[in-house]
Amino acid sequence: MMELSLKALKHVDVVTVSGRIDSATTPEFETALKSLQERGRHKLVLQLKDLDYISSNGLRAMMASLKATRSHGGNLVLLQPNDRIRDTLGLVGFQSLFDTYDDILDAVDAF
Amino acid sequence: MTRREHQHLVVPAKVDQLHRIAQLASHAAAEVGFDHVQADRIELAVDEACSNIIEHAYGGQSGEIEIEIVPEHNHQITIVLTDTGKSFDPDSVPDYVPCKSIDELKIGGLGLHLIRQTMDNVCFEFNVPSEQGKFNRLTMVKKL
Repeated sequence: MMELSLKALKHVDVVTVSGRIDSATTPEFETALKSLQERGRHKLVLQLKDLDYISSNGLRAMMASLKATRSHGGNLVLLQPNDRIRDTLGLVGFQSLFDTYDDILDAVDAF
Repeated sequence: MTRREHQHLVVPAKVDQLHRIAQLASHAAAEVGFDHVQADRIELAVDEACSNIIEHAYGGQSGEIEIEIVPEHNHQITIVLTDTGKSFDPDSVPDYVPCKSIDELKIGGLGLHLIRQTMDNVCFEFNVPSEQGKFNRLTMVKKL
């Protein structure tokens, strides 16, 4: 079970995702990120406060989006991932690849 | 705390079963005595292993996954996954190497990496003969 919502804030898009990103829900997550990129939106904040779980498929989708946004001069930053998500990011060495923020204003101002 | 016995179930190899299977493993791990961080990692390893079976062994075709969870209180948990799909050589999957730069990052082998990072023993057996035909078996052990 995953819920996803999009909100434009200034020139940045905030993607709020909650629940679980696993093999069942990754396609929806991936489609949402790709559709933003297709519309030329490359400044993304991923709000993860209520995300309980992410598996390797979700991590791959995040990494693909990170690469795509940066190749267009943008970025994908993480906002408020919980300890479990941070632990999973650490297991694959992704924590140093993503800029992570605890405050939404800092995340939006980072662009 | 209730000490659960050995659990055995057979489920369709479908992604909508992943949450249920992974959480069974995580609850069993908590009952063995693992803290929530370790129990969460065990849940992740089981999810990754089942996803591999669904995506690679069965490749979108219908099939079943047999799951055996053997909790040994205050000692270890053993999780055995059996399928009758296509076998693969885990050694043929390139090792995932964490990188400091996204340009150098090659993302293949992420699921296997998570399984091996989490579990103490990971044993793949392929094309094991039985009266019902050949099957594949993955045995994962995590010690407390």
